[in-house]
Amino acid sequence: MNIAQKTSPDLSQRHLLGIEGLSRETITALLDRAEEFVATNRQIDKKQSQLRGRTQINLFFEASTRTQSSFELAGKRLGADVMNMSVSSSSIRKGETLIDTAITLNAMHPDILVVRHHASGAVELLARKVDCSVINAGDGAHEHPTQALLDALTIRRNKGPIENLTVTICGDITHSRVARSNILLLNTMGARVRVVAPSTLLPPGIEHMGVEVFRDMREGLRDADIVMMLRLQRERMSGSFVPSSQEYFHYFGLDRKKLDYAKPDALVMHPGPMNRGVEIESGVADGAQSLIREQVEMGVAVRMAVLEALSQNLPNA
Amino acid sequence: MLSDRRPILLTNARIVDPSRDMDFPGDLLIADGLIREAKRGIGAAGVPEGTEIVDCRGKVVAPGLTDIRAFVGEPGAEYRETLASASQAAAAGGVTTLVMRPDTTPVIDDPAMVDFVLRRARDTAIVHLHTMAALTKGLKGQEMTEFGLLKAAGALAFTDADHSVTNAQVMRRAMTYAHDFDALIVHHTEDPDLVGEGVMNEGEFAARLGLVGVPKAAETVMLERDVRLAALTGARYHAASITCAESLEVLHRAKDSGATVTAACSINHVTLNETAVGSYRTFCKVSPPLRAEDDRKALVAALASGLIDVLMSDHDPQDVETKRLPFAEAAPGAIGIETMLSAGLRLVHNKEIALTKLLAAMSTRPAELLGLPGGSLRPGSVADVIVLDLETPWVVDPDELKSKCKNTPFDEASLYGRVVRTIVGGRTVFEFV
Repeated sequence: MNIAQKTSPDLSQRHLLGIEGLSRETITALLDRAEEFVATNRQIDKKQSQLRGRTQINLFFEASTRTQSSFELAGKRLGADVMNMSVSSSSIRKGETLIDTAITLNAMHPDILVVRHHASGAVELLARKVDCSVINAGDGAHEHPTQALLDALTIRRNKGPIENLTVTICGDITHSRVARSNILLLNTMGARVRVVAPSTLLPPGIEHMGVEVFRDMREGLRDADIVMMLRLQRERMSGSFVPSSQEYFHYFGLDRKKLDYAKPDALVMHPGPMNRGVEIESGVADGAQSLIREQVEMGVAVRMAVLEALSQNLPNA
Repeated sequence: MLSDRRPILLTNARIVDPSRDMDFPGDLLIADGLIREAKRGIGAAGVPEGTEIVDCRGKVVAPGLTDIRAFVGEPGAEYRETLASASQAAAAGGVTTLVMRPDTTPVIDDPAMVDFVLRRARDTAIVHLHTMAALTKGLKGQEMTEFGLLKAAGALAFTDADHSVTNAQVMRRAMTYAHDFDALIVHHTEDPDLVGEGVMNEGEFAARLGLVGVPKAAETVMLERDVRLAALTGARYHAASITCAESLEVLHRAKDSGATVTAACSINHVTLNETAVGSYRTFCKVSPPLRAEDDRKALVAALASGLIDVLMSDHDPQDVETKRLPFAEAAPGAIGIETMLSAGLRLVHNKEIALTKLLAAMSTRPAELLGLPGGSLRPGSVADVIVLDLETPWVVDPDELKSKCKNTPFDEASLYGRVVRTIVGGRTVFEFV
C-alpha cells in the first residue's frame, strides 16, 4: 500500500494497516514530510488546515495514553475534528462489538479512523467494513506502523541514513507489535536487525523475518548503533515466560555495563511506557544516550505526515 | 417405500471399486437396494423390467462415501445444521453414510440421546446417518460413559469430539473398559495446555501475523501417550485428526508394534496449508490448525500408503457471527461434506494419489473401521453408489451449498470434478443437472 501516492484506485491504498508492503520510497517520503512537521510543531502557531472539515475518530479498544494523545494532537494540528472513543473490552463481549461498532461509526461519515485493538488482524477486519481511511494504531502482536515510522525518524535525525546501521531490539519480541513493525521497516531501509530475548519471548520462526537472533544480550549488543528496548508486561514476569523480574533484569535489562558492549555512541530507545528497573535502568533511560523523549516528539510529527498522506486519497480531496 | 426403488443400470461407466482394488470399464446393476452385478457388458437386455437405464458416458461409478466425523447441530444448534440439512449436503457430496459427533446440546452421552438422533435421522435424513457417543460424561474428561448400553443403542464409537481427555488415568480406564465391549475409541489428539492460546500453526507465518502458534508437539505428545495406552490395554483406538509428519512416525511405530491403532486426517489438512490463512481468513481457522506444506505432503503420502486409514470432512458449520471476528477470537471449524470429494480430486489431478486410494480412504476403509455396510461394489453389497464426473471444472459458490452455514475454506475455489448422482440403498437421492 503506497499511501503517499495521490492516485489510489484500490482499497488497500486508503489505509495504513502495517509497514508490510510499504516501499523504501514511501517510507522515505513520509519521513521527509514528518521532518517538516517537526519544525512547525516547534512554532508558536502550530495549526494547519490540511484536514479542515475532516472528521477523525480515535477508536481504542485497548487503553493507551501516549499513542491516543499523539494521534489526537496530530489530527487537531492539521485542523481535523477529532473524537476519542474508548471501548472497554470488558463491558461488552470481546470482538462482538468490532463489526457493529465499525458499521455504526461508518454511518456517521468519519474520514479517518485510528484504531487500536487487542487482537492481531482486527484493524484489517474493521477496515474492510468501512468507507473511510483506517490507520492501525496497534493490533494485537501484529503491527504498530506509526511507532516504527516515528522510531525511524528518530534514528534518522540522530544517525543519518538508516541503511547499514546495526539495530538491536531487546525484550518481549513474542508479544510485541512494535518489534514486528520495526523489523519490517528497518529491513526495508537496509539496516542490520538483531533481536535479543530469552527463548520463551521469541516467537518460533522469527529467524525467517530477516533478523539475527541472540540469547545473550552482550553478544547481541556488540557494536550496535541503536538499542531498542521493549516493554515486558507485568503478567509475563512471574514464572509464565520468565521466572522473575529480578532474573530478567539481570540478563536482559539494559544497564550501563551491558550498554558498554554497544558502540560508544550507541543510542537507546524505548516505545514506552517503561518499567524502570525491569527492562531498563533509570540511569540509562534518562542518560545522555537516550532518545526516549525525542521519540514522543517525533510521534506527533510522523502521525501528521500519515494523516496528511491518507487525506489526499480521500474522496473529494 | 421399497416400491419406489426401481432397479437402476449404470452403463458405460468406469467402475472403481477400492474394496477389491478394481478399476475397469463396465456396467453396474442395482436392484432391491443391493448391488447385483458389476461387470463389463450387462446390457439392457439382461435387466429386470422397469429398470432405469443411465448412460454414464465414461464417468466413474464408485461406492458412496462414509464420512466419519461431522458436526450436526441437532439437537441444540439447529441454526448451524440439522440432520436434514447435513444429509442433503452429504448427498450432494457423494457421502452416503454420515457419522456425527456427539457434542450436541445436550451431549449424546446416554442411550436415550442415541435413540433420539437415530429416530430423527430416520425421519428426516436422506443418507444413512449414525452417531458416535461421548467418551466421557458431558465431554468433561472425567467419567466414562455407558459404553455397553450406548453401543447397544447404536453408537458406533466413543469420542469427546474436539475435546482431548487430558487425564491419562481416565483414558487408560476407558480404554481398558472399552476393550471388553470391543468399543472403538476415537480421540482428538491435542494437549490443551500445549495448545494454550494458539490459533494457527506455530512458525514463521504465525510469527509474522502476530498470532499465537500451536506447536506440533501438542499433537504428538497426546498421540504418543494414546498409542502407548492402546498397546497397554489392547483397545481399538483411532486418532481423529492428525496433521503433521511427526505424528506419522508415532503412528507408524504403533502400527508396527501391533497395537490396534488407526488414524484419520481431514480433507482440509491434505489440500491446504498454513499459508491459506493469508490475511487472517477465519474460514481457514480449524482445529488442529492447518500445518506447513511439508506436513501436507507427508499426509498425502501416508494416505496413499495406507498409513493413514481414513480421510474425513471434519464438517463443522459455523455461522457468520462466530467467524466474522478477529482471527484469535473466531470459532474454529470449516464445512466440508459437500466439497470433500471434489477437493480430494485435486490430489488425483496433481498425481499425488491414485483415485482408488483416495476413494478407499473415503469409503472402504471408514466403513470397515466402523463395521458398516457399504464401501464396496461387490455383488450383494448395499447399493450406496455414486457417479462421479472427474473433469468438469466448477467454482464453489457458497450460496449453492446445501449446508446451513457457508464457512468453507474453498470459498470461490476452482475445483475439478464433482458427484453427479448419489444413490443410497438403491434410491437416487441426489442428481446434479
